Amino acid sequence: MATVRINGQSRTIDGPDDTTLLWAIRDMAGLTGTKYGCGAGLCGACTVHVDGEAVRSCQSTVGDVAGKDVTTIEGLSPDGNHPVQVAWREYNVPQCGFCQAGQIMQAAAILKQKPDLTDDEILEGMSGNICRCGCYERIVAAVRHVSTGS
Amino acid sequence: MLHYLEQAMSDAPKQRAPELEFANVSRRGFLTIAATGFAVAAFTTQAGAFARYKTGGDFMPHGIRYDPKIFVSIDADGTVTIVAHRSEMGTGSRTSLPMVLADEMGADWSRVKIVQAEGDEPKYGNQDTDGSRSMRHHIQSMRQMGASVRHMLAQAAAKKWGVDAKSVTVGVHEVTSGGRKAGFGDLAADAMALDVPAFEDLTFRTEDQFRYIGKGNIPITDLHDITTGKAIYGADVSLPGMKFAAIARPPAVGSKPIRYDATATFKVPGVEKVLGLQISNFPAKFAPLGGIAVIASNTDAAIKGRDALEIEWAEGPHSGYNSAAFTEEMRATAKKPGAVLRAEGDAKAAFEGAAKVFARDYSQAHMAHAMMEPPVAVANVANGKAEIWAPVQSPFGTRGDLAGALNMPIEDVTVNVTLLGGGFGRKSKCDFAIEAAQLSQRIGAPVKVQWTREDDIRHSFYHTTSVERIEVALDADNKVTGWRHNSVAPSILSTFAPDSGHQFFIESGMGHIDMPFDIPNISVENGAAMAHTRIGWFRSVSNIPRAWAVQSFVAELANEIGRDHKDLLMEMIGPDRLLDPPKQGFPENFWDYGEVYDEYPIDTARLKNVLAIAADKAGWGLDLPAGEGIGLAVHRSFVTYVATAARVKIVDGKITVPEMHMALDCGFAANPERIRSQMEGAAVMGMTTAMHSGITYENGAVTQSNFHDYPMVRSDNYPQKVHTHVVPHGFEVHASGVGEPGVPPVPPAIANAVFAATGKRLRDLPFGDTV
Repeated sequence: MATVRINGQSRTIDGPDDTTLLWAIRDMAGLTGTKYGCGAGLCGACTVHVDGEAVRSCQSTVGDVAGKDVTTIEGLSPDGNHPVQVAWREYNVPQCGFCQAGQIMQAAAILKQKPDLTDDEILEGMSGNICRCGCYERIVAAVRHVSTGS
Repeated sequence: MLHYLEQAMSDAPKQRAPELEFANVSRRGFLTIAATGFAVAAFTTQAGAFARYKTGGDFMPHGIRYDPKIFVSIDADGTVTIVAHRSEMGTGSRTSLPMVLADEMGADWSRVKIVQAEGDEPKYGNQDTDGSRSMRHHIQSMRQMGASVRHMLAQAAAKKWGVDAKSVTVGVHEVTSGGRKAGFGDLAADAMALDVPAFEDLTFRTEDQFRYIGKGNIPITDLHDITTGKAIYGADVSLPGMKFAAIARPPAVGSKPIRYDATATFKVPGVEKVLGLQISNFPAKFAPLGGIAVIASNTDAAIKGRDALEIEWAEGPHSGYNSAAFTEEMRATAKKPGAVLRAEGDAKAAFEGAAKVFARDYSQAHMAHAMMEPPVAVANVANGKAEIWAPVQSPFGTRGDLAGALNMPIEDVTVNVTLLGGGFGRKSKCDFAIEAAQLSQRIGAPVKVQWTREDDIRHSFYHTTSVERIEVALDADNKVTGWRHNSVAPSILSTFAPDSGHQFFIESGMGHIDMPFDIPNISVENGAAMAHTRIGWFRSVSNIPRAWAVQSFVAELANEIGRDHKDLLMEMIGPDRLLDPPKQGFPENFWDYGEVYDEYPIDTARLKNVLAIAADKAGWGLDLPAGEGIGLAVHRSFVTYVATAARVKIVDGKITVPEMHMALDCGFAANPERIRSQMEGAAVMGMTTAMHSGITYENGAVTQSNFHDYPMVRSDNYPQKVHTHVVPHGFEVHASGVGEPGVPPVPPAIANAVFAATGKRLRDLPFGDTV
């Protein structure tokens, strides 16, 4: 048994400390916005924030986040209107939508670190997140919009 | 797709006959009409806003439904609920089809709610979401149902107010007559109790009256849920008491486990059971591969327990499959004569009398779809009933397959369709749903089967591997007098029926037989290649290797004979004309994407037009800096015409694509915004196909496993700017689909651009990202 703070709430995880954070979030905490895409830290679909930084939850364990704050897509903004979420809607970014929670969490994290990202920084910062539908142009445009207003 | 496979498999001609007969009758019918100038008057409406036409939708299982009482309901508060009966996998059909209905009806989109249909074709009509045909087959029924409800609302108001129906106007979500006014909700109960008007009694909006259709002003319906993590995909379904399963499947199809040791598996906390599953070998349609299942209390334990299994697999029927050697075998086969599928003129004589023969071959490796959501399904089989929640493209096909696998009547099986985290054809095959249902039946509890990415890459129904060889005969003036195209590739049919090594009519209809060039002597051939893995359809299907070969070849030929590529391509397409299949040696069973040929003929003017647009917008013919080049390709697939002009820039040996122009003619453009997103996506998937997507086999097992060795285009190198140019048409030019046609021209356009930039010719997919 371990306790993890997710979106400001303490949750008891019925599993050992080496339980993969992604599955603890999905199966045990019941928060399904965070997605499984590869299980190997290669696609970014499972991205969450741990103490404000983007982390691949498929590569973290419950033990790794003890005493830390985990934020998932459900907790990114109380009303769902984080500037990145708003920009995603403005650009009608998603196609199938499956990777987008991870994309949004990644974008929010890199924008928090540096609010005025250059294009190269956006491309580099988002390169760990795969979108098989191929929404990159809109993803980059939405991040750029939040970053520079253009 | 499935429908045609079943057709092809059945040796009973009566199954295929109706369509063939219709095609023939219609062809004659068209000639009569053309000769007399007779319009399709029986179907025109008052304003001529909507002349009905025939689509292949009528030939699909269960056809098309036109009853608004099935698709529309209106609450007293005015909320309009519209059923989405097609699966949403990213193309936007869950938004675009209801949008068409809502616009024709007069509904305010902000008051429209979408509900997803369960798998029930007798009720909703065909639900197979593939073949780029959701809009193509259903735009007419959506308009008709919308108009029907509008008429019913008007009639209800007229009756209520005791006025002539002609004095009633249906505005946006309200009905008025003189000073009277009522909302849709006020009239709903009365209106929906009325009989549905006949098509002939309906009026339709003219295009200038559309608010949403053709405008591209509607965000996708799931946008808010997707951006807040609330959208429900397959794995997001949870049932009380549900168990979690991961399965170790045979490394080579059909291999059986000799022994296994689950000691380490049972040490994983949460693991509850280990179960052996029956091994299958193709042809077995969508039967699960079998293997050893680990049942656990959560997904993490199931996967870790599965990974801890020690299994020794026996050699199986396909353990000798080595794809590198197989490609060379196909290359040798392609050089020999194949079974002739289309013969026009006398190709043999043309080659014998040629001043010169020019030949090249082009290969493609297998591909896995690698949609971001790997296969997953939740099943609850209890008390003689089965209920499944799964991201499936063919909900009713899934229901039938489940009924068979569970030995239950289809009435006792329910298939709920979640959102699909990508599909690309993989999720038309419901092996994962059968796995979940059979496990649930066996253990007496709800089960979720989660495929890992490794499972997805290693146990797919793969895009076929191929060698396409093209030879042309040239006369002394370098004019092409003969064309021979031999396609060698294992067939999708091998998944469904004993393998002959030969392709079947739908594969041959995808850019092979229907080659549109104006060449007098043509031989289209198919050499045999046996399947050694499960072959399935992948977005765009055989059009990918065909466009790759044909469009690369013409560019090579242009270079060989010192011609401008665009000029030669235009010249080879030839004069504006509609191809006449029987006259041009097409076989009787030529497949025009399941359509009546005369409704969607091969139109060279439209093909040349998109090519001209793409080339012009990309600046074809302008001087470019060293290390840069523009490449062109044009291809008709799924009755849509797409040309790609790719601009490539080589940066330190790496192929980058700063700009791509996608020019398309898809007839009437119902939702230009989602058409654009499909073209942007096709540019990316086409680039991934061109550079990265290669599944290879050693001793029957897939070599790749995850995104490190089966990579995808990412934001650090993607087509930076995709310009989509949609040829504008009125509703009278039949809408076609856009889910697949964007992909095929992209790989040859990139390769042709790489050649222009570097002089290096690429002939094998995938060709990597460096030169």
